[in-house]
Amino acid sequence: MVPTDLRYTKDHEWIRLDGDEATVGITEYAAGQLGDIVFVELPDAGRKLGQHATFGVVESVKAVSDLFAPVSGEVLATNDALTGSPELVNGEPYGGGWMIRIRLEDPGQTDDLLDAAAYDALIAEG
Amino acid sequence: MPYGPHAAGDRERMLEVLGIPDVEALFDDIPEALRASRLDLPEPQPELELAARLQALAARNRTDLASFLGAGVYRHWTPPAVDQLLLRGEWYTAYTPYQPEISQGTLQSIYEYESLIGELMDLDVVSASHYDGAAATAEAALMTCRATRRERVLVSRAVHPHYRQTVAAYFGGGLEVEEIPLVSDGESAGTTDLAALERLLADSERPVAGVLAGQPNFFGLLEPMAEIGRLAHAAGALFVAVVEPVSLAVLAPPGSYGADIAAGEGQPLGIAPQYGGPYLGLLASTDALVRQIPGRLVGMTTDVDGRRAFVMTLRAREQDIRRDKAASNICTNQALLALAASIYVATLGPHGLRDVAALGAVRAAELEHALAAVGAPRLHPGPYLNEFAVRVPGARQVHRRLLDRGVLAGLALADIEPDDETLADALLVCATEVTTSDEIAAFAAALDDILAGRPPVGVEAGAGAERPTAGAVSGR
Repeated sequence: MVPTDLRYTKDHEWIRLDGDEATVGITEYAAGQLGDIVFVELPDAGRKLGQHATFGVVESVKAVSDLFAPVSGEVLATNDALTGSPELVNGEPYGGGWMIRIRLEDPGQTDDLLDAAAYDALIAEG
Repeated sequence: MPYGPHAAGDRERMLEVLGIPDVEALFDDIPEALRASRLDLPEPQPELELAARLQALAARNRTDLASFLGAGVYRHWTPPAVDQLLLRGEWYTAYTPYQPEISQGTLQSIYEYESLIGELMDLDVVSASHYDGAAATAEAALMTCRATRRERVLVSRAVHPHYRQTVAAYFGGGLEVEEIPLVSDGESAGTTDLAALERLLADSERPVAGVLAGQPNFFGLLEPMAEIGRLAHAAGALFVAVVEPVSLAVLAPPGSYGADIAAGEGQPLGIAPQYGGPYLGLLASTDALVRQIPGRLVGMTTDVDGRRAFVMTLRAREQDIRRDKAASNICTNQALLALAASIYVATLGPHGLRDVAALGAVRAAELEHALAAVGAPRLHPGPYLNEFAVRVPGARQVHRRLLDRGVLAGLALADIEPDDETLADALLVCATEVTTSDEIAAFAAALDDILAGRPPVGVEAGAGAERPTAGAVSGR
């Protein structure tokens, strides 16, 4: 079971809601599929993101994937620790491997996100 | 699989298996307008006749001339070891090798190339080569846009005109390229106008991704590179140095004056001047831009048994993995020519390369004095290395008449920059270590004769105007 306090996207991002702010990362399943992550490219603070917009890139030894914003908002902070230690995404996907904090533009968008049970069902399908 | 072309029967069997009427059907997905137009080729000829025809064409090349032509391509002495080593069959591969377990030799040669060019450039990362200097320069310009997420680059007008055209072609899809004008008179004439650059950078509505300048520039002049870089960086733009590699043995390398990216033509490093190439595009950058640099990168690592090994690295930037988001569509490189450059640089060594650059500068100074003495002074007053422009009244006609006297007097600048009036009466000439004092004396004497209205030796006075053309002389 994935953490129940988070919401998820079909693109395998997780989002932790905290009032009108939120933290975003990628799931343990996504990190496992990518393999050893060697680089994470993140946006500058202040950048405005539309829902589903590409906000960065995660690169593993075998693949590169775009990162998609689960909701619209402004980037408040990025996880600088990933610059030197991108492997945190593999080791602590829901903790030290977080990627960006954003200020929500439209809290209503969170209704579209998956809950833990729905995401579990999604990855069970493969 | 047998070596030989597909016979008609082979082709029919393949079409039958595929269930299509003809080869053209394979291209149905490509809109008609985007397909290559039919090549207008003559009928096939027997091999013997074809060889004779090609030999006759090749014989029209003038190899008897004392050449002072540079303008981006330079003649140098190439130690015979370079071409001899290139002939080894091991180097002839159909494609960039992906599999390190069977390609250690080729991968090591690319790694050595990247290391040598990195040292010359004083930059961290070198990609395994591009088609030519123009393509490398355009890729460098695109890198600045990707890295800064800005869409406007500024290119000095003294960057090689062909490179500027190539950048413009690459930027045709919506990115913006503007030219930085040159200083028109005074001590800095012919170099990038710093005040104009500052004004172009100040437009906050249209932030600049990158600034490109040449060192030496197209007119052979030395640019204030550190200052150009400082202005670019102050505006949040990246700085691209377009360089000539042999000059780096005596001039400050791009990394030392703050260039983020360096691009250039690798031909002077052991590759013969040849019409239309193939040449070698050099591209290097700082470590900060490693994910933006297009082309192959080879790294050194250890295998499972702890032995030194070479592998393609950072492959995830490339198009077979990243598709449309790749750093570039470049998926090939000039490995054989990069190898020639590596062997050339390694054979000469740092001292040898310095001698080549310094001797070229000495010969060029000799050329400057010889031409000035017969009434062809330099066009620009600033410092140069081994190439410079001289003022010659009626430069294009003089250039043609010098050909009749066995001298290739560089490039008539009006041929390449027809709209620039300041260049109407100018020849761009260069000298390298292969230029001899005799050739310089012959050039000066012939120019003196032409400017003084004297006919060439052996032609009777009065018949000078009816000089035979080069083609008629050769009788072909």
